[in-house]
Amino acid sequence: MIALSPLELAIAVLLALAASSLSILLSLGFHRALVWSIIRMIVQLLLVGTLLRFVFSQNLPWLTVLIFIAMLAAASHEVGARQGGRLRGPWQILVSSASISLSTTFVSIFALITVLGTKDWLQPSHAIPIAGIILGTAMNSASVSLNGLLSNIIGERSAVEAQLALGATRWQAFSPLIKRAVRAGTLPVMNQMVGAGIITMPGIMSGQILAGQDPFEAAKYQIFLMLLLSASGVASSVAAVYLTVSRLTDECHRLRLDRLTS
Amino acid sequence: MQTQHRLSVDFPASAITNAIQFDLAGGQCIVIRGPSGVGKTTLLRKIADLDTHDGRIAFDGKPQQSFAAPEWRSDVMFVASDAGWWAPTVADHFGNIDDALPLMARMRLDTEKLGLMPHQLSSGERQRMALIRALTKKPSFLLLDEPTSALDQETTTLVEDVLMDFKQQNIGLLVVTHNDAQAERLADAQITIVKRDQP
Repeated sequence: MIALSPLELAIAVLLALAASSLSILLSLGFHRALVWSIIRMIVQLLLVGTLLRFVFSQNLPWLTVLIFIAMLAAASHEVGARQGGRLRGPWQILVSSASISLSTTFVSIFALITVLGTKDWLQPSHAIPIAGIILGTAMNSASVSLNGLLSNIIGERSAVEAQLALGATRWQAFSPLIKRAVRAGTLPVMNQMVGAGIITMPGIMSGQILAGQDPFEAAKYQIFLMLLLSASGVASSVAAVYLTVSRLTDECHRLRLDRLTS
Repeated sequence: MQTQHRLSVDFPASAITNAIQFDLAGGQCIVIRGPSGVGKTTLLRKIADLDTHDGRIAFDGKPQQSFAAPEWRSDVMFVASDAGWWAPTVADHFGNIDDALPLMARMRLDTEKLGLMPHQLSSGERQRMALIRALTKKPSFLLLDEPTSALDQETTTLVEDVLMDFKQQNIGLLVVTHNDAQAERLADAQITIVKRDQP
């Protein structure tokens, strides 16, 4: 593994800044957001690197679980952020965290016990990166699905209500929207799978190869993870969509847009 | 001929209007009138249980709450003035297209319209198709919000004729309209909702 020096990192920063100057040049207006994202990314990753170095050296199961919970909380917040609309009150965070927690926890435990065995499954140097990848996919899928659902619902209001008025149940009335939202949420995972190795070299595999691992072994590892990612992506997407629809309607099968806020 | 049913409506006074109370019998048409913003559409939506409300509504004496909402709305059916569409073609919105064909002929809608996408229809064609869509579900009561607002006089007459025929078959009609002449032609009774005097 080739270590990077601060000078090399600084050159990469210059490259990213050059890209953001395009925004100023063409008045596309994204430079502030891009520079802010760059700063956030650098600070976050350096902090995480430092933190994980410490956590790995301690090797305490409770610390691993604590980190996992913190990651879940952050991801739950992100799912609700940047949406066209949000559920009013505590419901957005409840729906977000329930949908990603369930899928991530289940799939992560399955992955860790399969790979590491029941004795060492909370070993932080494996548990944290694996849970992180699974959580990231769950978060993306839930987020994309909800974006599809919440940004469409205002425009589709009359279509949904027309069905309700004709005697449809809330699930029947929402079924076109549910289908579209779940499909949108699972599309990235599916694209990732069909493009794997041909269009993109998956992150884990690249990382392992860069770190000196045999490519075939790295491929097997990647296959294992991709299968888990597809499961967690689908599960969190389905959960997020169904929980949101049940909150956007009531037991009397009414559309409750009053429970939505922008 | 359907059996004759009775819809009882009883809303307490609100900030905007006094109490609203009436009975609608099958085979009867009540027209609701009143200024914009007084809550005529909302009244119809509440009777269809599409909006939450504090009124007491009953079908043959059985309260609305004792019905499953989809079952209630299949029998007490609201049709919005610009009702929505959700499937790719117009025909996809109908369970049994054969029920729609005679009504389409009477309202001068070509059968070709069925193969089109809803947005390819004119607003008047959509309004008539949405009405037909509801009529083919054979509800006991129809709650119509400005059913001919997008139609010219000639087609309005055709639609009114169809509505009168359904009334003959003991369907109860509750119609919101701003058209005085239409109210005269359709109504067995009229209700005018007025804004409450502010104290």
